[in-house]
Amino acid sequence: MVAEQRVPQDRAGEPQGTDSEPLGEEKIYVASQWQLMWWRFRKHKPAMIAVVAIIILYGVAIFAEFFSMVEPEQTNVTRILTSPTRIHFYDPEKGFSLRPFVYGIERDRDPVTLRYSYAEDRAVIYPLRFFVRGFEYKLWGLRRASLQSLHFMGFDVQGGEAYLFGTDRLGRDVYSRIVHSARISLSIGIVGVFLSLILGILLGGMSGYFGGWVDLLIQRVIEFIRSIPTIPLWMALAAAVPQDWPPQRVYFSITILLSLIAWTGLARVVRGRFLSLREEDFVMAARLAGSNELRIILRHMVPSFLSHIIASITLSIPRMILSETSLSFLGLGLRPPVISWGVMLRDAQNVQAVSLSPWLLLPGLIIVITVLAFNFMGDGLRDAADPYAR
Amino acid sequence: MGNYILKRALLALPTLLVVSMVTFFVIELPPGDFLTSYVAQLRASGDYLDQVQIDKLRERYGLDRPVYERYYKWMAGIARGDFGYSLEWKKPVRELIGDRVLLTLILTATTMLATWLVAIPIGVLSATKQYSFADHLTTTFGFIGLGTPGFLLALVVMFLAYRYLGSNVSGFFSPDFQNATWSWARIVDLLKHLWLPVLVLGVNGTAGLIRTMRANLLDELHKPYVETARAKGLRERRLLWKYPVRLALNPFVSSAGWMLPQLFSGATIVSVVLSLPTVGQMLLRSLQSQDMYLAGSLLLVISVLTILGTFVSDIALGLMDPRIRF
Repeated sequence: MVAEQRVPQDRAGEPQGTDSEPLGEEKIYVASQWQLMWWRFRKHKPAMIAVVAIIILYGVAIFAEFFSMVEPEQTNVTRILTSPTRIHFYDPEKGFSLRPFVYGIERDRDPVTLRYSYAEDRAVIYPLRFFVRGFEYKLWGLRRASLQSLHFMGFDVQGGEAYLFGTDRLGRDVYSRIVHSARISLSIGIVGVFLSLILGILLGGMSGYFGGWVDLLIQRVIEFIRSIPTIPLWMALAAAVPQDWPPQRVYFSITILLSLIAWTGLARVVRGRFLSLREEDFVMAARLAGSNELRIILRHMVPSFLSHIIASITLSIPRMILSETSLSFLGLGLRPPVISWGVMLRDAQNVQAVSLSPWLLLPGLIIVITVLAFNFMGDGLRDAADPYAR
Repeated sequence: MGNYILKRALLALPTLLVVSMVTFFVIELPPGDFLTSYVAQLRASGDYLDQVQIDKLRERYGLDRPVYERYYKWMAGIARGDFGYSLEWKKPVRELIGDRVLLTLILTATTMLATWLVAIPIGVLSATKQYSFADHLTTTFGFIGLGTPGFLLALVVMFLAYRYLGSNVSGFFSPDFQNATWSWARIVDLLKHLWLPVLVLGVNGTAGLIRTMRANLLDELHKPYVETARAKGLRERRLLWKYPVRLALNPFVSSAGWMLPQLFSGATIVSVVLSLPTVGQMLLRSLQSQDMYLAGSLLLVISVLTILGTFVSDIALGLMDPRIRF
């Protein structure tokens, strides 16, 4: 046999890389836990689409003023309950136009029902422009930031108006209101879950790690909280929030209320994980090697179940959003002038009104999309985090 | 077995007690009491009560006693069957909630039954014909069902029914049967109106059940005993229903108890939207007007029903699964 320089191969005949450049199968062996999760997550198509949707939603929520076309609280008596404005690309006279445009809106009064009806005024054309200067706003209400006036969509001529999702019974633009409510509803989801995460990890961890009577006590409390139906309990607690509190305080108290009941789910997951991990060999090995308890918890146990915690959190966010929406819908949650999707849906409660103006239900559609996106993403994360999934 | 039942019963009793205390505490939370909102109402309509009258009323209704005394009086009354007096409706609470509790129970039980009857076969179908068109269809429906909040679905269904059926389908009974005594015709009328709330309430639970059933059954179907049975010649359908489905059903019975609180919550919101005379809807009104005894009794009734339900489901689980014996 002539000794020759050749690329080292493994049994299957695949080329093997060196330590500094793993390739092919070996990449899987040296990849970190998070890289493995990411690769598995990538394969889950619906989850990837969901991530894009969530990024869009939160982007719009963060830059709400930029994306809205009109001030959300601006009432307009001459534009009550208009149907959504249609965007056109083709005008019979002017022909095809690359830039989208809308027609003007004219208002007639039906002589029999005395109800206003709105029609397109084909004589007037307003081209829709992007990145225009519109009404002034302070980004996130910061006083130090200079007044901005850049908007994503709008018109640069006086009198141009487009109500993408119609208007409500006070003439307010539904699209702009949805965009601003997104900020409130989505942030309550994150903040509420964050609070219940702290409580859940703390109490669930104590329960799982120490066992004994601590575990028993906390478990009884969790069972007790779970056995009371949530909505009646929320209603009772939310009714306790005084009417004359400022909106920010109401916002925080609602968030805290929701977290106080939602932490039980996370606590159970954490406790389960702790209980099973406590018996693992590597914990015993760490103990024998002389680590103290805190180090064992933080350095060895926490990374093992962190992925599951992330999946549970992602699945709790839509529940929190739905709870806040339900509460606000009943009138017990956020109050004007703070708007959320639930508050907007209160206008749609009257079935006669809704059958005449179905666009008032559009916040509901956005809610469904948000919840679905989070559910898909959470499913993808859960499948990616589970080491035993096929 | 008897030991097990006894143990669960012993656990349920202190829970009931704590629930009643928490309920009372929660009702006491809002600042002021019924009299303050009553006086405010009178003032808004032009009437006026001077301080002496207010104090007298307060004494008469026992609102000036300390908290623990009022709680004790309330609990003592409940033990006797007297749930207190509704200050808003000016009637004893017992008269108000009797009929509503029955209707709420009917709604909840029917929804639970319908959910199980629909979800289990669909879940089995979805698991056995994995990745087929039917499977994808049910998965999509499942996701949409999970994502839509109850009240939104109620609104949409109400809107569709109004537009396309033309009638106002809210309420449990037609006007003629509203206050009639129970008869066969009344039951039929109830069923005719019941499908809408049950549909709305059940979608959420059904979607979740289908998903869980599918996942559980898929796990079971890959186990060796299924292959053995198939190799031995057992017919597919008999094989399917006799073994894996039974095992896959196990988590359901244990979670059936926890379905109850969710059902009661969902029923509350849906009945507010559809204006059904259930316990939840009355609870909302009484909370808004701070009618203490009514709200407290309603909350207590809901919690007691829930705890009883979980108790029954624990027993059922113990009966079904011989591995659970304490």
